[in-house]
This record gives sequence, structure tokens and C-alpha cells, in this order.
Amino acid sequence: MIKYLKMDASKCVGCMSCVSACSQAYAKEDNPAKARIQVLGLGSGRFQLVACDQECRRCVAECPVQAISVNKQGVVTIDKRLCVGCLACVAVCPTGAMRYYPAEPTPFKCVACGVCVKACPTGALEIAEKEDSDASRFPFEAIEAVRGRDDTGGQS
Amino acid sequence: MSRAFDMKDFRLLSETRFEKKPIHRGYAMRTMHLDVGARTMREKPVSEEMKARFTGGKGFGLRLLWDGTKPETRWDDPENEIVVAMGPVCGNTNYPGSGKSLVVSLSPMTGVPIDSNVGGYFGPYLKFGGWDALELQGKADVETIVFIDNVEGFVRFYESPAGLQEDTHLLADELTRAFAGSGASDDPTELQAISVISAGRGADHSPMGVLNFSLYDRRRDGIRVKQAGRGGIGTVLRNKKIRAVVVRYKGVGQNSNDAADPAAVQRLGLKLHREIVQNDDKQCKMRRQGTAHLMEVMNDYDLLPTKNHKYGQDPRGPELASWVWEKLFSQHLPDGCWFGCTMACAHAVDGFELQTGPYKGQKVCVDGPEYETAAGVGSNLYVYEPEGILELNFYCDTYGIDTISFGTMTGFLMECWELGVLTPERTDGIDLSWGNWKGAAQILHDLADGKRFGVLAGKGVKFLSEYFASEYGADARLMKDIALHGKGLEQSEYISKESLAQQGGYYLTNKGPQHDEAWLIFMDMVNNKLPTFEAKAEALHYFPMFRTWFGLQGLCKLPWNDVEPADNAKWPESNKVPEHVHNYIALYKAITGNDLDWDGLIRQSERVYNFQRAFNVRQGHGRREEDYPPYRAMGPVLEDEYLAREERYDKQMLEKIGVDPAGKSVAERIRITREYRQKQYDSLIDAVFKRRGWTPQGTPTPEHLKEIGMDLPEVLEVVRKRL
Repeated sequence: MIKYLKMDASKCVGCMSCVSACSQAYAKEDNPAKARIQVLGLGSGRFQLVACDQECRRCVAECPVQAISVNKQGVVTIDKRLCVGCLACVAVCPTGAMRYYPAEPTPFKCVACGVCVKACPTGALEIAEKEDSDASRFPFEAIEAVRGRDDTGGQS
Repeated sequence: MSRAFDMKDFRLLSETRFEKKPIHRGYAMRTMHLDVGARTMREKPVSEEMKARFTGGKGFGLRLLWDGTKPETRWDDPENEIVVAMGPVCGNTNYPGSGKSLVVSLSPMTGVPIDSNVGGYFGPYLKFGGWDALELQGKADVETIVFIDNVEGFVRFYESPAGLQEDTHLLADELTRAFAGSGASDDPTELQAISVISAGRGADHSPMGVLNFSLYDRRRDGIRVKQAGRGGIGTVLRNKKIRAVVVRYKGVGQNSNDAADPAAVQRLGLKLHREIVQNDDKQCKMRRQGTAHLMEVMNDYDLLPTKNHKYGQDPRGPELASWVWEKLFSQHLPDGCWFGCTMACAHAVDGFELQTGPYKGQKVCVDGPEYETAAGVGSNLYVYEPEGILELNFYCDTYGIDTISFGTMTGFLMECWELGVLTPERTDGIDLSWGNWKGAAQILHDLADGKRFGVLAGKGVKFLSEYFASEYGADARLMKDIALHGKGLEQSEYISKESLAQQGGYYLTNKGPQHDEAWLIFMDMVNNKLPTFEAKAEALHYFPMFRTWFGLQGLCKLPWNDVEPADNAKWPESNKVPEHVHNYIALYKAITGNDLDWDGLIRQSERVYNFQRAFNVRQGHGRREEDYPPYRAMGPVLEDEYLAREERYDKQMLEKIGVDPAGKSVAERIRITREYRQKQYDSLIDAVFKRRGWTPQGTPTPEHLKEIGMDLPEVLEVVRKRL
């Protein structure tokens, strides 16, 4: 199973409560550039919400030091002690959910913690679960194929 | 793999402790000198003057080698050195291709300095302990392992323990596990913190020994190796009785170089990461195929070495095409040789079952093949079975033999077999018919064991061509014509016959014919962008200088033009990939804080390139007559070779030479073509030497050295003796 932040942009009013709550929680400041969720204005009162879907796992496959892994709840996390800050993960992220802040040593992303869900006044956000898919399994299957044994770990 | 040794059980011979030193703006401003005979370590400061004149990497390596050796030093003298040097940009994790180190030494093949660039983790790990370069000098009296612990801050010399494996795929693995965590840790982070330089058994018996630089691959829980392949530096390592040099470092981060502007380094790196991710599938497919993507292109253009560079094409060429390799490469995940290289071209074939030699029947991981290997031990030997190429690739690596020299050398032997110069009596029964990769493998096994025909073969084509003429009565001129080497170094794997500029790219080089300095075939032959001698000379100035710069910085040249901005072609001088050149200038400035422009970049290289030429002169070489190719690299040697491309050569004779080929015998047409092409090459040398600021004899002039800022008294003294 994969735990993730389910977003319903049609309910978003662009109040930025989620962004503030997230950056306060993780960066100890109210700075949209440091939030793990992004609210992008599309005009005419419409908004796009950007956060990791926890499923595509391209960053897991790309990371050259295996600092990015999947925890028991199916959430993609970065181990800052292993990360070398190369930003390859930022480049391969198809949605822009993997972010970095200039001159800070490591990138960051949503870990489906739910802080933003509590802050959202309109119910646009919720923590949900979904099934594993071919994409989510790919990096682990690729490694297993080469190693010829099942010790890659981390999968729920 | 399981652990067989623990470093704590090794016999310690000596230890020197040092203060770790943080890097500041790309430099440590000190180097490490190890005397393996005396088992001592000393620190040497790097002066501001050395930094300004030699920049780093290859520049530092050559400076240290010059100072450590004498004009009469030979490769196997104790004072010969192996210098591993990194460069200011080396080790950054943002810009793809930033993990290279440069290794220099007096080459056992050429007698002059060789420089060879290599990936793997060793260079950056060495640097981040606070070292711009490592000098290895002296000769040990016992088999020695050097351990540089950049975590704890000490250098130790150990006696190599009995029972330690000698073949690289086992040796590097055993040492990584023995030294992990400074004592046999199983923690993957500790294993990844180790990198090993080793040579192989092949280097004990042949001048073409490589240095293998290891990296621990967490996903495979195994060792991968990258090679400082050219010029026989592995042979120097073994001659010094060094079994391995092990380095340990932990804590590589985004700004380990202490860049002047770390945000700019991130921005530049991310820009190229994105360009690679978006464009690579449409361009070179390096992420999926590595350099093997070139195979069918080269075959299509008559450039893929076939039968000792006799031809450039064969109907069987497509059997070795990129898509064949893509299917064989396993683990479809990025395989880079340094952190943050999204080009990730270091592919491997896992679970490959060997058919010959001491590991017959075992399943192994084969690093590669890269283009040069697939061409050199493939089409060049008329081997079109991928499994034959993989087998030769694996054994070259594990025995520590350069696949390029081995491929070119074996191609020469197979042609000698075809010509009747070699017979079963002379090869100890090895059948060297074209395509018989098992015969080639037998040479390799014998070479590693130091016995039979393998020992003779491993001496390289320069020696063999002279030996076959004097001992076997072979036609001396023919032997010279088809022995593809310059200065004693075997040529790498492109057909240069139809590109005069590429002949210069190969042979108007300081270290011998390699593909590191200039690759002008497409510009010259396919796109006809270098129509005059002056245009060729300009390219043979600009590209070797530009490409030298990668080696000053610790950079790989592949991300320069194996991926391009989508709109590259619309810019003037698109073959220079101007946007990427500007990236490099900005990257250098962001890390070092020093100013630089495009001319300044070329000037940094010119200083080092001319210093290297003067170094050749100091060692009694660096003369014009050493810069000529064997005729096989310039045109058709044999009648069947001419006839296979008769239409092309006849047309050239009529249109370019102005001689009507009608009614002339093949021998006569070969002679006329040869005279013309050799004259062309002579004119090329004149133009290139002039453009480079050298005398017609190939000596840098004092005026030119002054102009570029390389007028050091010791350099002027050397060149003045030649004027």
C-alpha cells in the first residue's frame, strides 16, 4: 500500500494555509519556497496543488547513493545523512514535487504527514492510501533482478 | 560476496598521522607525497604560483612528476612517480561528470609522460581529506598495500597478506570489505566510503597494465571498476610492488568543495540534469546504452575498425549495434561512476557466465563494454559474438590490461596470422584466425600467467612489429605499416584513413594516439567543415586545448557533447557546444571564485599542454618524426584493401591528386595515393605546429612560452637546447 496526500484542487481557494503550515513545520519559517506542498495560481480563482504522489518512484531509481527509499507505509523519504545534494531527483521528478532551496545541502518533498490536511479550511486535502503499481514496484524489481535475491526491503 | 580479510590482521609496516584540511573554493593547497620504499608520507604545500600556472588535475600531476624525475629517468626507476590529481571542480555532486581524476606517470610504453583520466570514487575521496594530488614514488621491497584514511587522518603501509586475491574483481572486493569502517564493517555506508586503486596480474608481464579505480555499488553489493587505461600506469604500480592503494572518506555533500557560490553550482548542475533527462533519449542514449551507442553509426560511416583497421565497415557490423548491448545491459537503473552524474553511462552486464579461463562457469558482473572495447576486441578482431566481447572485456579488466591496446595488438597479431607471419609453432598453438575470440582469450590468460605466447604478445605492437621483422623475416615495411601505434602507444578505435584532421588528432599528440584530445572525423570527413590546412590546424589547436581543460578540472568530457541543448545546432560553431562551454566557465567561477572567460580557459590548457610537450623534449623525445602515423592509419596498405574501396580511391586520385587512374596497376595506384597522403600529412604538421607556437621540429618556442605564461626557467632551458 502507498500512503499519500490526496489533493482535490477544485476545493482549493488559494488561502495558502497548507503551505504556511508545512513550511512552519519543516523549515521553522513561513516561506512558500520551503514548503513541501505548492499552491499555484491558474487565474480565474483556480489553483493547482503540487505534492509528491509517492507512487512514480523515479527519484528512488535515480538517487546515486540510495538516500531516497520507501518506508513501511509506502512513503518516499530522503535520508539526509546519506544525501549528497546532487539534485538528480529534482531533475527527474515529473511534477516538480521534489524541491530544493538555493545553497541548502539537501532537497525536500512531501512525506504525507498530514500537517497541511489539518490546516486546510475547505477539505481539499486528505491522507489516503492506494495500491502498489508497476511504477512503484519498478526500482525494487530492477535491483532484485540483478542481485538475484530478495533483500531490497522497504516495501509494504 | 563475503569478507575474507580484516585490515586489523594485516602486518602494519608504518603509520603517519596527518591533520585533515578542509577544501576552500575547490583547492586544498597541499599534496601528499608517499615514498613506498621508505614507507614515509610528507605533505607539500601548493603555492599560489603553481595554482595560477598549472590550474589543477593534469597540470599539478605533470608539475609534480617533472620535479620528481630527471631527464634520464626511465619508467621502472624508483624515482618514477604515479601522480593522481583531481582539480578544483572535481568532486562536486551537482554538475554531471565531475568525479574524474587524472593520473600521470612516465609510461613504460612511450617513455614520456602519459596522462589518463578515470572515474570511480578514489579521486574525490582523496581530495576531500584535504589533498589536491597524491604522489607515489619509490619501490617497495615487500608487496605493499597503502591505506589513506581521510576519516581518521592517517596513512598506513601494510604488507599484503598471503592468500589475497590478485585479480581485480576479487582483490578490490576483498580490500573494500577488509578496510570498510577502518576494520571490516558490513555497513553499506562504510563499504561505500572505500575506494581501491589496483593493477592486475597482467601488469606483471606486460607494459599495457591499467589502474583499476573501484567504487562500491550498494545496489549490487559489489565492486565496479573504472580504468585509468592508457599507457601502462598499472605496470608502473606493480613495478613498485604496490598491490593496492586504498582510500577512505565519508561525508561527501553538496558543498564539499566549499564553493564561492554554491547556489550557482546547484543551478548549473540542475540545468544540465534536466537537459540530460529530457534530451538523452532523443540524442545519444547514454543513459541506456553508454558509449556503445556509437557502434552502428561508426559502421555506417565506414569508421568502425574491422580487421586491424583495414576496413571501417562490415555487413556483420549491425550484430554489435547499440540495441544488442541495450538488451544485454542489466539493471535498468542509472549506473554512474560518480555521485550526481545523471548521464550515468557506466552500464554493466550482470550474471554473465564465463566460458574460458580460471573463472570458467562462474557468473560475473562485466563492466561494460564501452565503445572502444566493443570495437577493439569486437569488430577489429572480426568478433561479432557479444559473449566473446564480454568475455575479453571481463578478463582484460580483472587482469588489469588495457582493452584498447589489447584490441589493437590482437588485431595486429590476427593480421600477421592471415599474412602467414604467425603460425601455430610461433603462437604456441593458439589459432589466431579472424573472429576466434577464444584464441584472443588464450593470449590474455597466458599473459596473466606470464607464460607462453602471451608474454611476447603483451609487449605491444611496436615491439612485435620490429621483432617479427628481425626474428621471423617478415617484411619490415609492411610490419611498420600495419602496427597501429604512435610513440609506442596503440591507437584507439576509429578509422582515421579518410580524415586528415583525425590523423593529426591521433598522432599530433603529446602522449600518443588516443581519443581524448581531438575527435574531428565528422567535422572533417562527413561535414567537410575543415577544408583548408589552416582550418584543420585551428581545430587541432582548439579541440586538444579545450579537451585538455577537462583534465585540469577533474571533469569528464562526455557531458560536454554527448548531450546537447535542443537548439544547439542553430548557434555558430555549434560543434563547440557553446552553451556548455559557458556552463563550464560559470561552474569554474562558482567553485573557485576566480574570473575566467573563453580565451582564458584555452590559455589554462595551453600552459599545461606546452609544459607537457617540453617535458617530452626533456625526456629526449618530442620530435617531429615521432608524430607520424603508421600508414594503415592514413590509407590503404594492401592491394585487397585498396580494391575494397577502389571507386573511392580512384575518384580521389582523379579529382584531388589530378592523376588519371585508368590503366594503372593497383600497386601503382597505392603508391600514388600514399605519396599524396603523406605529403598532405607533412603540410598538416607544418600548419599545426605553427598554430601551436612550435618550431617545425615540434619544439615550443620561448616567445610562445612567454606569451602563454609558461616561460619558467627550467622549461626555457629545455626548449633552448632544441632550437
